[in-house]
This record gives sequence, structure tokens and C-alpha cells, in this order.
Amino acid sequence: MSKVNSATLRDSLSVSLTVGAYGVAFGAAAVANGFSVLQSCLLSLLTFSGASQFAVVGVLGAGGTALSGIATASLLGIRNGLYGVIMAPRLKVKGFKRVVAAQVTIDESTGVALGQEVRSPEAMRQGFWLTGFGVFIFWNLFTLAGALGAQAMGDIRAWGLDSAVPAAFLGLVWPRLKTNSDRALAIGCAVFAIAMTPILPAGLPIIATAFIAVAVGLRK
Amino acid sequence: MNQYWIAVIGTSAIAFALKYSGHSVPEKWLSHPKIQKVNALIPIALLSALVAVQTFTEKSKLMIDHRLLGLSVAILALLLKAPFPVVVISAAVSSALLYNYNI
Repeated sequence: MSKVNSATLRDSLSVSLTVGAYGVAFGAAAVANGFSVLQSCLLSLLTFSGASQFAVVGVLGAGGTALSGIATASLLGIRNGLYGVIMAPRLKVKGFKRVVAAQVTIDESTGVALGQEVRSPEAMRQGFWLTGFGVFIFWNLFTLAGALGAQAMGDIRAWGLDSAVPAAFLGLVWPRLKTNSDRALAIGCAVFAIAMTPILPAGLPIIATAFIAVAVGLRK
Repeated sequence: MNQYWIAVIGTSAIAFALKYSGHSVPEKWLSHPKIQKVNALIPIALLSALVAVQTFTEKSKLMIDHRLLGLSVAILALLLKAPFPVVVISAAVSSALLYNYNI
């Protein structure tokens, strides 16, 4: 790798630190929902995709089965596949390097990389790797901190952790609500999930809303 | 093996498979506008449902409690364009106050 563009380095590091710090919220949420510290850390190391990780702990915490947790998390992970499609022709890596590139292909690494494209193709690749590794390191360290912290708390309700988790989900979805139809979809899915909770087995009301999204997306 | 371990392993395996397949399939397969559109809407649906279920239900029963205050404070913080950590912490603090002191 040639000399790193200083603006690229700055962009990558600031994103890595900020996003990595959310790992505290994930570690705490995972433990609050019944995952062990080891399981929480393994999710961050191996799944390494924030929304998917929050989803699987949310579904199991709500009493859902492993299958509905996996399905919900995987639907949220599809976009990483799409990022891979975008990044593959730009990175042009093979073999083990492609395995590593795939693991760090997430919102942030793709976003920073594409943001650097105006500078140079070299800056674009550096932005991808720096942000990918940077978020990976900080996300995992902060997950451990959050999980250990939550484990030490005892009654999570006394610390507000049972509200911190839905607030974190809300913080994740909020920037995506750009149009009125996005907001209508969000409210509709929230109402649907609540209404179905006493009727359907736990976890299913959440995953069922994906079908609403598919129906809305295909109609337009 | 319990549900939690199955969830950890299954989620991780599929997450990686999705990432790796993206790096390996021809670009034209997934670039259809309808697929892109649906893919943008799925997170909105699932995350909104998670917010609702985590706030208003407990063990398959509907319930309104201190978490409603936490969520309201989070919405207020987001409307005021507060950064993510402020949103989460203000929700936690307000909810914990109501739970502990019933003020």
C-alpha cells in the first residue's frame, strides 16, 4: 500500500471510533437479553454487522426462537452482500484477501470508500481497508466493555437498559426515514408487530414485517 | 446446544456467506432496481418492529411501563438531532428513574 492520504486516514479513523463506540450499546444489549459475555463477543467478531447483531439479540430477548432470530438478522445482512457487489470490482482481491475483505464489508467501510473515490482509486481502497479494520477493532473492544458492564449491573431495568435497547434500534432506523412513505411503513410495521405479538409465536411478528417491506417495495 | 448458541453460530455463518457471496456474484444479478428498493425498505420494517416489540411487550403480552418514557425521551432526543449515544443514554436514565423511584 502506498502512502496514505491524510484526509482519508482522518475520515476512516473518525468513523471507526464513533461507530466502534456503539459497540458498548451492543455488548450491554446482548447481555441484557440473556446472551453470555462470550456469546456477545463472538457475535461482534464473527457476525460483525451492527443491525444484524442487535436484531438477533432483540428477537431472542423477546422470547423468539434461534431460527426467527437468525432469519431476522440475515435479512438485515443482505445489504452487506450488495455492498460486496459494489466493492468487488473496485478492490479486485482474490483468495484469502477476499475472505478478509468480505468480513469487513459493512455500511461504514463501503460508505467511507465510496466517499474517497473523488480523491483517487488508491484513496478509495485505503478508505475501505482502514475503516473496515478500524471499526472491527473498536467495535469488538467496546462490545467486551459493554457486555462486562451490563453483567455487573444485575437488574437491568434499574439501569434503564431495557429502554436503551429499543432506543438504540430507534437510533438505527431514524436516519433511514427520509420520506413520508418511509415513516408510514415504519409506523405500520410497529403497529403490526405489537398487534401480532399476543397471537403469533415470539419472533414471528418481527420477521413478518419484512414481507410488508417486500410488498411495498415491489409495488412502487 | 441451546437457542442462544444456535443463534450466534447461525447468524455469523449466514452473515459471512452473504458478505462473501456479494464479492463473488456477477454485479448484474443484484443490481435490479426492485431488489435495491426492497433492500432499502427491509431495515425500516424490521427495526421499527423491534423498537415496538421491545418497548410495548413482555413475554408475548402487551404492556405499557417505564419503557414508554424511555422511548419518548429517545424520540425527543432524535427530534432535537442529538447524537446516537445521547439518544441511548437519555432513554436509559429517564426509564431507570421512573422504574426506581416511580416519580
